[in-house]
Amino acid sequence: MIKYLFCLQFAVVDMLELHDGSLDVPKITARWYEEIKDKNFGAFIPFIGIVRDEFGIDGLSFDIYEPILNSWFDTWQKKAKEQGAMLFMAHSKGDVLNHTSSYISAVVTPQRKVGLRLINDFVEDFKASAPIWKYDLIDGKRVYAKNRSQALSGAGLLA
Amino acid sequence: MARIEFLGPIGKEPQELAISNLNELKEIFAKDEKLAEWLGICAVAVNDKIVKSTDMKINPNDKISLLPPVCGG
Repeated sequence: MIKYLFCLQFAVVDMLELHDGSLDVPKITARWYEEIKDKNFGAFIPFIGIVRDEFGIDGLSFDIYEPILNSWFDTWQKKAKEQGAMLFMAHSKGDVLNHTSSYISAVVTPQRKVGLRLINDFVEDFKASAPIWKYDLIDGKRVYAKNRSQALSGAGLLA
Repeated sequence: MARIEFLGPIGKEPQELAISNLNELKEIFAKDEKLAEWLGICAVAVNDKIVKSTDMKINPNDKISLLPPVCGG
């Protein structure tokens, strides 16, 4: 697990986490909640992604390019901070079986409306911009989910 | 020489090439049949920053990354 450190007024919290395999959702979300519950935020809004049993897959698998993921997350954390909010994110590396979680993000904010808008915008941009590659697990093999993937902005520069 | 990394599903070993800009890399890759399916859909990063122009100067120790379409979550 890598850790992205962000200084709060009273504590240093891990804001971006990468885990091998499925995420322990209760443990991670409880830890985040314990970190923020006494910091006078009014809303803690988590989004939890769960791997569905579809397309005949046994699960999903992920590759991540951490340097660009870290800078992408840092940019979003700054945007959140400008609105008095904070972001948390956890993602899996490697294999994640059906009906378990590969992705959790959460926004912590003084006001609900700001938080709901922020979590939506953050997750949408995550899908479009985070350097993470998804594979279907089928009969023990990793098959790149090309049809469900999005080209990054600027793609085709060398074509 | 610049180091070129092929990320995610491209499945190609890193290369080291003597190039001074991305236009030169574009010319070299145009001859690589294994990259034909990827070049049109890959973004390019230089030293971990995505770039939008092939004119930028490449220095000997620069890292160039090809990033195929993504799907986190």
